[in-house]
Amino acid sequence: MTIQGDRLGEEVIDRSRFAEAVTRLSAGPNRFAGLFPSLRASGGVELRAVAATPGGYTSVVTELPPGDLAYPSVSVGLPAASWYEREIHDRYGIQPGGHPRLDPLVLPLLPEDPHPALGDWHSQVTPDPRALDAHASGEGLFTIPYGPVRSGVFEAVEYLVETFGEDIPRLRSRIYHKHRGIDWRFEDLTPDDGVLLAERVEGTASVAHAIAYCRGLEQLTGTEVPYGAEVVRLVHAELERVANHLDSMIRHSDGSYQAVANARLAVHKERLLRLRATLCGSRFGRNVVVPGGVSGPMRRPPDEARSELLRIASGVSGDARAMMSTPSFLDRLRGAGVLPADLVAAHGAVGPVARGSGLGEDVRHARPYGAYPSSGFRPAAPHGQGDALARQQVRLEEMDESFRLAAEGLAVLAGCNESEWRRSPGAVADGTAISAVESPQGELLYVVETDGGRLARVKPRCAAFHNFALFPAAFRGDILTDFVFIEASFGLSVAGVAG
Amino acid sequence: MPWVARGLREGIVTTRYPRRPDDHGPDFVAAVTVTDQPAEGAGQGLAGLCPTGAISVGPPVAVDRGRCILCGHCVDARPEMFAYESSPGTARLHRRLLVTPPAPGDDDLEARVRAELAARVRRFGRSLHIRHVDAGSDGSEEWEIAALTGPIYDVHRLGIFFTASPRHADVLLVTGAGTAGMAEPLQRTYHAMPDPKVVVAVGTDAISGGLVHPTYVTRGGVAGLLPVDVCVPGSPPSPFSILHGLLLAMGRLGGTRPLRARGRG
Repeated sequence: MTIQGDRLGEEVIDRSRFAEAVTRLSAGPNRFAGLFPSLRASGGVELRAVAATPGGYTSVVTELPPGDLAYPSVSVGLPAASWYEREIHDRYGIQPGGHPRLDPLVLPLLPEDPHPALGDWHSQVTPDPRALDAHASGEGLFTIPYGPVRSGVFEAVEYLVETFGEDIPRLRSRIYHKHRGIDWRFEDLTPDDGVLLAERVEGTASVAHAIAYCRGLEQLTGTEVPYGAEVVRLVHAELERVANHLDSMIRHSDGSYQAVANARLAVHKERLLRLRATLCGSRFGRNVVVPGGVSGPMRRPPDEARSELLRIASGVSGDARAMMSTPSFLDRLRGAGVLPADLVAAHGAVGPVARGSGLGEDVRHARPYGAYPSSGFRPAAPHGQGDALARQQVRLEEMDESFRLAAEGLAVLAGCNESEWRRSPGAVADGTAISAVESPQGELLYVVETDGGRLARVKPRCAAFHNFALFPAAFRGDILTDFVFIEASFGLSVAGVAG
Repeated sequence: MPWVARGLREGIVTTRYPRRPDDHGPDFVAAVTVTDQPAEGAGQGLAGLCPTGAISVGPPVAVDRGRCILCGHCVDARPEMFAYESSPGTARLHRRLLVTPPAPGDDDLEARVRAELAARVRRFGRSLHIRHVDAGSDGSEEWEIAALTGPIYDVHRLGIFFTASPRHADVLLVTGAGTAGMAEPLQRTYHAMPDPKVVVAVGTDAISGGLVHPTYVTRGGVAGLLPVDVCVPGSPPSPFSILHGLLLAMGRLGGTRPLRARGRG
């Protein structure tokens, strides 16, 4: 059984030439966007590489036969594919030949278990008590294990900081602890229920995930979403972006001991979550986006919500301006965690992390979707310094624009007497769809594959997963006390990275 | 000194909860409740409404809030039987007490676990130190827990503090479906805490695994890894609900100890 993604116009390539084809596909102006396996009933695997093009997404596919899941590694010529190949090696036992460092990523360090995808999918992986090993050596060098249980209320992730006391010559990280194997749960769900799981892949970006998932499904069902519903989606997505960027600001202000700023930003964030709750009942915008549209109109009169939003926006912008003129804050961010532009370009990084190095498109601008084409969206101006401060400036500009978009969206909704919020999706056609939205942390990709009207495979590719491989590279010349800012400026959602 | 003026600008923003109900509490959907039982034979297909199997057809028809992810499919399909509830007091002292409507014997069970817990936490007095551990959450629970230390919820006024070391902690606040990777670190954190200690499972994922379970790396919640004392359902639970769970753990609600915050409250 082979599902042909005829909607994508892709070609099936022999596996011996796959690496070369992916490298060619990802060359400028294109950008490598991910590698996605799909298990076939025969035991073989269809491997799909996706690249973003100036106008959309394109992919190449190769077939790996059962019992011989090997091919020459893509990462040799395209380092950005490294984490993807490590993940598929863990989960499917696929052997990317010649891969520079095929360490386990989402499974224990020494896997006694078989690769879960090939055996019983619901069998349990044995817990792994081992910590990361130190790699660097030298006089006076010691290691600081940090995580997975961390100080403060944070998601679980393990870092191993190798240091002489100040400089950090090497940093390693491991995301295995939090890996939930969540994408496989889609296959047990109906297409309608799938959106509930999508909302939980990265709980702080529920709306972006729900929209990306639904857009994939809507491609396959040929459903056109009513305009009013697209505006509702836009409003919720932009409020979510503001909440995430505020959260990043809070982490920065906390790390630099700006107590008043920290408290005020926390109040703004809480007010924003409450505003979101009055619009839909959920502080995270859940149960709003459904396949074919949205679940219904806003629960609160849009003009009333708009004035509340403008009040929050003016509070945020005053405090943000004050922060950006507070030297004791700026000094901590300036020059911290510099990501050189050439590295960002080679890796194809996305979102505010890339835009802080002067690169990185915004999906809302490059490939506009939903209500964005008519929204007059203006992407943030690129900041070329590549440090934590540049990433923060990008977030502040994005926040201003998100406030504007959401307020305009609410104004449109106040003046519209839409009665249709959802078009019932037609029959689900078999095939593969790739959909993308701009989540708060950057481009979020969904590959949705259906077979016989059911979800055969859904693979979310979070911006944080794509960017996280660059994280250790941001520690050149930085010291221990910069750690908190570098981490916060990456805006990592560990749930999204670990899957 | 621009920040001094800014800090004073808004006056007091802190909620009065739990001393008085908060005006914003009802804005957040906290749970699903069963408002009416179906006529005989009309309960067909109810279980199929729920993607996590939280509805049992009974009789009586019941919703297990420990499995409910608040998607509202049942409320949309059968509004005459199911309704949202927004009162934040959703935390319970036993997994079985999350099932609504209550079953016969639940009152006895609650009295028993409450008395057992009260005896254990007497030593906490009015100060509670919390260690949070993420065991595979989706990230939203962490936001809601972190909100508790902000000015609006400000749990410091209630003597509640977050601590970095398990050695200083009275309460272990656990989120997430219980991943294989976190089983060991979670148990080590638990054993590093001094007695007496209380475990609070925050969120439907932590209680039952929710929609995320089963996969090859998730346990159905954290109860299989640790003895859980307080369950706070919700996906995610709001800060008010989490606070309710903490107060319940301290025996400050509905017990013999009067509920009073120190100082202004």
